[in-house]
Amino acid sequence: MNAPNSYRTLPDERGHFGQFGGRYVAETLMPLILDLEREYRAAKADPAFQAQFDDLMKNYVGRPSPLYFAERLTRHYGGAKIYFKREELNHTGAHKINNCIGQILLAIRMGKKRIIAETGAGQHGVATATVCARFGLPCTIFMGAKDIERQQPNVFRMKLLGAEVRPVTSGSQSLKDAMNEALRDWVATVEDTFYIIGTAAGPHPYPELVRDFQSVIGIESRAQMLEAEGRLPDLLLAAVGGGSNAIGLFHPFLDDPEVAMIGVEAAGRGVDTGEHAASLTGGAPGILHGNKTYLLQDEDGQITEAHSISAGLDYPGIGPEHSWLHESGRVEYLPVTDQQALDAFQLCCKLEGIIPALESSHALAALESKAREMSSDKIILVNVSGRGDKDIYTVAEAMGTTI
Amino acid sequence: MTRLTAAFANARQQGRAALVTFVTAGDGDTAAILDALVAGGADVIELGMPFTDPMADGPAIQAANLRSLAKGTRTADVLAIASAFRQRHPHVPLVLMGYANTMTRPEPATFAKAAADVGIDGAIIVDIPPEEADEVAPFGDHGIAAIRLATPTTDTSRLPAVLGGASGFVYYVSVAGITGKQQAAQHSIDDAVARLKAATDLPIAVGFGVRTPEQAAAIGRLADGVVVGSAIIDIIADKGADAPPAVRNYIESLSAAIAVARKELAA
Repeated sequence: MNAPNSYRTLPDERGHFGQFGGRYVAETLMPLILDLEREYRAAKADPAFQAQFDDLMKNYVGRPSPLYFAERLTRHYGGAKIYFKREELNHTGAHKINNCIGQILLAIRMGKKRIIAETGAGQHGVATATVCARFGLPCTIFMGAKDIERQQPNVFRMKLLGAEVRPVTSGSQSLKDAMNEALRDWVATVEDTFYIIGTAAGPHPYPELVRDFQSVIGIESRAQMLEAEGRLPDLLLAAVGGGSNAIGLFHPFLDDPEVAMIGVEAAGRGVDTGEHAASLTGGAPGILHGNKTYLLQDEDGQITEAHSISAGLDYPGIGPEHSWLHESGRVEYLPVTDQQALDAFQLCCKLEGIIPALESSHALAALESKAREMSSDKIILVNVSGRGDKDIYTVAEAMGTTI
Repeated sequence: MTRLTAAFANARQQGRAALVTFVTAGDGDTAAILDALVAGGADVIELGMPFTDPMADGPAIQAANLRSLAKGTRTADVLAIASAFRQRHPHVPLVLMGYANTMTRPEPATFAKAAADVGIDGAIIVDIPPEEADEVAPFGDHGIAAIRLATPTTDTSRLPAVLGGASGFVYYVSVAGITGKQQAAQHSIDDAVARLKAATDLPIAVGFGVRTPEQAAAIGRLADGVVVGSAIIDIIADKGADAPPAVRNYIESLSAAIAVARKELAA
């Protein structure tokens, strides 16, 4: 494939990133999705919308999030200089809130009276329940019954915030089934309900608007890095499930050829074991949840179950823009196993005094090879997309400890 | 004249709507159930392609999909069921219904050819709206009708996009929602059918939530076809191996009601 003049002009007017993306939804939803696109274009051009978004980002979310020099981790690897983008310091403890603020403002603008969302680990559910409480809208969160079991603290948080948490018992009872169920609700309630999708996936315009709302991560990082080092980083690292924290960091840097980027996929017990969530490394292009993208599937197109120790990465697909960036070669995607992520989790706790989310620990795990092989005059920026308090039970279990 | 066109024309000639029935391939003894549908008076058969993630379906058809997949049903099995049906019933139109991901494997053109070769007449692909129709253009090249869905949310401005490139018949989804749930008010169905008929010469079949002979008759007074799905799936789930005769009885009750619906109206 020839390199395009810019990597930042997509999607096209039909919502496609090359062959990926699009609007593969039931006819019932099409008119609403076209409406959403019109409304999003209008909001983007409306200074009042941007001003309200910026104000909430600053005073409610606590942005800008810091850029932090991870001195001891840098010394530990003895190679490139390591910086963290501290998204875990945001209100609700992850990058998810950036997108939820944007989407709830869109929902209000469209006159919608009710919010639905899907959640895996519960981070997006908590962020959605938070903005619904803040704006006084009723909210239903669809969550796989299995995930409810393993993420009790977040379930209770959502309930405290006033959300209804609806257990999903169909299929594999995890994130993909929660998304199926949210879509089933939405198709019956399109008139008054807004669906806040949690990642840069789903039918157009979701991948685009989620990316735009999350791009605050990359825009801030770029300015902060120029201030701290007087230059851009050599490498960006971010974990990729659906891929919203990664695309939010990457997108503002895509046209800076000196900046390399790696999206880290969850390899679970290993890509060759079949028990993983690495859609790009171990999947093939297909159509699910409104978009064409890389999916874990068999040769008949049946979706296979994903596995990752991180519930937030436990999804058999990936945002369509990542599929395109993968095929175009602009971004490299690397698998990291449960064990590597667990090791990185503990190392970060001990050396930096930061408990990272298991999702973010996948990005941190890539430092093991990358930081070592790059010289000390190079700079790596890692997106610490969320904090790991929610994961302590999972980690304890993996370490063979009880809390 | 295609089998689909002939089936609707034949029903029209008899002064009634066509009865369109749905069954998930591989859920129960599909061959025997298909024969029961035909024997009971079905004019068109929709054969559901099982999929792991049937996003537009309610609990009944979701469960049917999972039962079928749990038994190990593969795409090759679905095509074999279709092929054997075509041998037994050379004139009854058979339409595949399902989701894009299984109907574009390994490539849309390869799948379309394989389906055409076993005598499939049309395809209803729930998650291919007109905006993404290019994806399945090879279906048309192989003579497989592109059956489009119109819904209560399809407004007048979208109608040309939905109907452009449609063939076989138009499936009016009478409820904004998933399969098997509540039925729409009859007057809203009648309005929608009238609106669609003004915009196309294709037959209009109405489905979602149709269960009783009375409902089928009420829809059949105006629409060119009545689609019944979840109610059949419920019988299969309930009766298991004894499903075929029960399905046949049920279909007979529907076709009998539809056969006289317009005459009652005229009387």
